[in-house]
Amino acid sequence: MDLTYSPEERAFQVEVRTFLAEQLPADLSEKVRTGAELTKSDHDRWHAALNAKGWLATTWPRGFGGPGWTPVQRHIFEEECCRAFAPRIVPFGLHMLGPVLIEFGTPDQQQAYLPRILSGADWWCQGYSEPGAGSDLASLKTRAVRDGDSYVVNGQKTWTTLGQYANRIFCLVRTSAEGKPQQGISFLLVDLDTPGIEMRPIRLIEGGCEVNEVFFTDVRVPVTNLVGAENQGWTIAKFLLTHERTNIAGLGFSIQAFEQLRSFARRRRANGKRLVDDPLFAARLSEIEIDLEAMKITNLRMLAEARKTGAPGPESSMLKIKGTQIRQVLNDLARRALGPAAVPFPSEVLGGNAALVPPDQAMNAARYFNNRKLSIFGGSNEIQRNILAKAKLGL
Amino acid sequence: MDFEPTEERRLLAETLARFLAAEYSIEHRNSVAYSEPFHDPVKWRALADLGVLHALAAPADGGMGGAGFDIATVFETLGAALCPEPFLGALLSVRLLAAAGCDLAPLLSGQIRYAAAVGETDAPYDPAEIGCEAHRGRNGWVLHGRKSVVYGGASAERLVIAARADGGALALWEVAASDARISGYGMIDGGNAAEVFLDGTPAAMILPEAGAALQDALDHGALALCAEAVGAMDTAQAMLLDYLQTRRQFGRPIGSFQALQHRMVDLTIEIEQARSITILAAGNMGTDRQTRTVSMAKNLVGRMAKLVAEELIQMHGGIAMTWEYPASHFAKRLVMIDHQLGDTDFHLHRVMAEHMRPGNGPSSG
Repeated sequence: MDLTYSPEERAFQVEVRTFLAEQLPADLSEKVRTGAELTKSDHDRWHAALNAKGWLATTWPRGFGGPGWTPVQRHIFEEECCRAFAPRIVPFGLHMLGPVLIEFGTPDQQQAYLPRILSGADWWCQGYSEPGAGSDLASLKTRAVRDGDSYVVNGQKTWTTLGQYANRIFCLVRTSAEGKPQQGISFLLVDLDTPGIEMRPIRLIEGGCEVNEVFFTDVRVPVTNLVGAENQGWTIAKFLLTHERTNIAGLGFSIQAFEQLRSFARRRRANGKRLVDDPLFAARLSEIEIDLEAMKITNLRMLAEARKTGAPGPESSMLKIKGTQIRQVLNDLARRALGPAAVPFPSEVLGGNAALVPPDQAMNAARYFNNRKLSIFGGSNEIQRNILAKAKLGL
Repeated sequence: MDFEPTEERRLLAETLARFLAAEYSIEHRNSVAYSEPFHDPVKWRALADLGVLHALAAPADGGMGGAGFDIATVFETLGAALCPEPFLGALLSVRLLAAAGCDLAPLLSGQIRYAAAVGETDAPYDPAEIGCEAHRGRNGWVLHGRKSVVYGGASAERLVIAARADGGALALWEVAASDARISGYGMIDGGNAAEVFLDGTPAAMILPEAGAALQDALDHGALALCAEAVGAMDTAQAMLLDYLQTRRQFGRPIGSFQALQHRMVDLTIEIEQARSITILAAGNMGTDRQTRTVSMAKNLVGRMAKLVAEELIQMHGGIAMTWEYPASHFAKRLVMIDHQLGDTDFHLHRVMAEHMRPGNGPSSG
């Protein structure tokens, strides 16, 4: 038993900290710290800085332009980035499509797309969910019908995060109605400039527009844009979801949220005492601190396991469930910590001398509402429980 | 970073588990755990011969272990088999006697059974509230007061007692059990405890300033209880999973019902969390984070053990309400562990205290 990083891992941690101290632009970390919306150029700027260091495609092997990190190194990198309030790496091209192309793509597809993901020339978004296919993803209805050298795509995708910044979308489409629903799905790359595509923003509960719905009407897509074989899409989708789940515990975000909340609660005075001196608040803060400390070890244990077996197993579903529960409790506490100061609408938050709370607390209510999504996306926590019941418990 | 046990600890766990499987069938366990002397003195000696007590003490004190992970290994294995032997009292005594520089050989060999009398009716968990006093009599020190719920106290031959020297500093005393008035009893989940009445009981002072040693012993005891709970939760989980797969209602295994599947998954996740926090605590023994991480562990384990116990009964249904079915005894142990050496609320207060300390952290903003 050894709960500490190896000397090499500690040296790597120092290297990451040094890089972040030197290369993370102060205006970006301030935006992340205060929960301000990041523009496309904010993301592009940070991606470019990471790419210059060779640290952008953290999950890719060395031969494809990744750093060739171990799972532990990736974890250290993510934790340090959170600690420094770096923007999170936009996952759709880098953590989702990239690994799919490396695993299932043709050499032509790899050469055409991977460098453009690294350079920022392409911004990918995800076309998985549909209005009628959420948790039951395999029931998706967006059809791709073969016509000569093209597929003709008709249907509707939804919950497409940051689609407003994207120029391409990877989609799951139905190419066959035969057999089980899972057997007729294909994985298709689509240029968003193709005629017949319309993207509309979806306004979310807290007022922001980070997700979109995408409509496809007779959209012609070259058959060379098919990844893997026709009707192999479900295999690819499952592969991708496993990758999506590896960092979905969001441990770094929880550590960050806990530290911000603790520090605020020591400074905040309410009803004659510091917030942290209210025993009920202190008890809730301490309970979630304990859960978080346990979660850190659970995460390291699973990293150690993945280091041996090479791939995240069904245990990643456990990280997703517990990790999102902890984040949501922290978001809840942070909202409640503000009392009446939580009420201003996000765009009405008072600044300067009129501010009700420090800038890094001002979005707590909005963040609480927005992060109710955590237990829904990436396979809802109920779907994760189904996976675990079957794959881990044999029920 | 490495979560594999050392070869020595793996062997210790295997040897102990094999012994317990052979010698403590649930029928035998229940027959000794619930009737006087509430453990099996013959098998206790055999466990000592196996070196289980030696694993609780550091080499410098004549043992062969004593580190956080040694203690966790022993108690996790004991917990998995629901072993009713008075190891907790032995562990507390080991820590206290070692701090006092006493010879541990008679204890470690199993020759003499020790128990540690720390808690009192008005001071169940916090040693700072201890009221028992020692005074100088004509023939040396004598003790006055009552020690309450002394684990293993009914079967102990010698007692290590925490009391205030002349009403002042907390000190440690050694007493022959035959010199005190001891009222022993069986516990609801098996094993024994005792009320110890000290009415001018002759005692030998073994450590004059014992505040730090007491806290350290209680930390180690709490760690042991966490590990014991993790072991018991593992067995409970396996028992429940097996039942879900074999028990049929409505023409199918009840484990095919999603209402039960999801709860079983949640239990499994919480058990892993309990295991993780126990690993964290074990790894921090001997560091300046020892007391706080142990409190974190005891709080989380207390919450999870109760959840596992209640779900173990509910998801089994009526069968787990019976004395005959082993799950009921695991459920009792899992709940009652929270009553020993600080419950979830007591330990939560200790975790909270660091946050509530005045002047801690940034002062403006």
